[in-house]
Amino acid sequence: MADLQTVLELNDLRKTFGALKATDGVSLDVRAGEIHALIGPNGAGKSTLIHQVAGSLAPDAGHVRFLGEEINALTVAQRVRRGLGRTFQVSSIAPEFSALRNVMLSVQSTQGSSFRFFKPVMRDRSLIESAMEKLELVGLAKRADIVAAELSHGERRQLEMAMALALKPKLLLLDEPMAGMGPEGSKRLTGFLDTLRHEVPILLVEHDMEAVFSLADRISVLVYGRVIASGTVSEIRANRDVREAYLGEED
Amino acid sequence: MKRETIINWILALGLLAVPFAALSFDEPFYITLATRVAILALAGVGLNIALGLGGMVSFGHAAFFGIGGYAAGILATHAFNQEPLMTWPLEIAGSNSMLVIWLVAIVMCAIVATVIGMITLRTSGVYFIMITLAFAQMIYYFAISWPSYGGEDGLSIYVRDGFPGLNTLDPMHFFMICYVVLMVCLLFSALLRDSRFGAALQVARQNEVRLASTGIAPFNIRLVAFVISASMTGLAGALFADLNRFVSPSMLSWQVSGEIMIFVILGGVGRLFGPLAGAALFIVMEFYLGGVTEHWQLFLGLILLCVVLFVRGGVVGILAGRQSHG
Repeated sequence: MADLQTVLELNDLRKTFGALKATDGVSLDVRAGEIHALIGPNGAGKSTLIHQVAGSLAPDAGHVRFLGEEINALTVAQRVRRGLGRTFQVSSIAPEFSALRNVMLSVQSTQGSSFRFFKPVMRDRSLIESAMEKLELVGLAKRADIVAAELSHGERRQLEMAMALALKPKLLLLDEPMAGMGPEGSKRLTGFLDTLRHEVPILLVEHDMEAVFSLADRISVLVYGRVIASGTVSEIRANRDVREAYLGEED
Repeated sequence: MKRETIINWILALGLLAVPFAALSFDEPFYITLATRVAILALAGVGLNIALGLGGMVSFGHAAFFGIGGYAAGILATHAFNQEPLMTWPLEIAGSNSMLVIWLVAIVMCAIVATVIGMITLRTSGVYFIMITLAFAQMIYYFAISWPSYGGEDGLSIYVRDGFPGLNTLDPMHFFMICYVVLMVCLLFSALLRDSRFGAALQVARQNEVRLASTGIAPFNIRLVAFVISASMTGLAGALFADLNRFVSPSMLSWQVSGEIMIFVILGGVGRLFGPLAGAALFIVMEFYLGGVTEHWQLFLGLILLCVVLFVRGGVVGILAGRQSHG
């Protein structure tokens, strides 16, 4: 039985597409205060796993438990309202809205009902102020009025992070946040995530090994839908199977 | 003032000026023409909430336009014949009060739209277009085969329904009723667009995945918007029936769905006053070009083609430039 410190627990999760076992009995957990990294070569089933955690794909078998409750039956939106925040491999934003209005939507969601028809949002200080706060936190405050479609790749990543944080999440699901960020951006983001873990635990899916090894408290290695190893950074570095299956490619 | 705001004022005051000019030149026919524009614009304003804000390409809004029309026709007929609509379990009499008729039109459309929306909104894209069309066609054929209310021949409203304190048979009075209803609905649309609900609805169009991962279920937002949209178009239908003092299944036909969509696209999808600009242009072309040639719709088609290909913001887009979001 999981103790209270366990925020997310995956228990023997299975998902097949025809003959392909995309998720083959995956069990792992994320505890308070930690960054748990999920790595694996392309096609290992990382995205499929993320979908099942987020709720956009239903597992064939197994359980997803979040904050001690099974959430298998909940929709994406319901899981988010319970505190499961996420960012996407390819940034997902409302392109026609300004950065500020994007974040305001998250704030609006945490404040309760969206079925309010008359009060203009742009005169709603509670929305604007909380949203600006998050934009400042990710370093995007100066670009608040820019239409999201015109933001650079890196800025969209920052915007998505601000949107995720504005939801006051109890767990963050980050899907390759370093992708396409460049060395400078990756370094900045690494520093940011390093401090963030004390506020909210993170399940980090990432290709950038340098970032993973410097950030992760624990690492799970996914190959062909199975977790072949799970442990601390040094344990994973020393693991022979992992070196063969994955890290070996880089040597 | 923003350029679009100025355009909106010109459109609003321009429509208001037409009947007064018509009156001073003693050409009362133009009052009716302006009334037609106001009513059809209202139908477009309704569709614009679903199509423009929410990205729901409903090809079945004639259903709501027609239901509104039949609400007016049926209630008025019963009132005229002094027969109750039903006697059991409770007696419901007909009515020739516009206020009652509008309420019935709105409520009926809301109910039907909830049922249609629950089913159609599980689909998207081409499927959504086709299923909304299919529902509208079902209602169309139902109306044709419903002999108690005229079937294919339709239903005449012998006395135009009344409004407290006004003489609705006076074209000017009736125009003012339609004009005020249109302006109130435009104001409501503007508030809706800028509200929390409007923000969620616009993100449902821009990026559904984003909305869901913000913790807001896109389906619920879309359904409510669809119902509001349908009710507004239904209100326009009730006014249209009163304008013509006649309602027939042709109000429910798919051509009407297409025309309402044309108002929105011509005027500018998602632009507040787009449907008014679109409906005005449509009626003007129908009237003047229709007087020159039967084939005026060929020119309408060409203009529509140009709007879709070259200016996605429609008439309002040409005049006011790109849309800005706060």
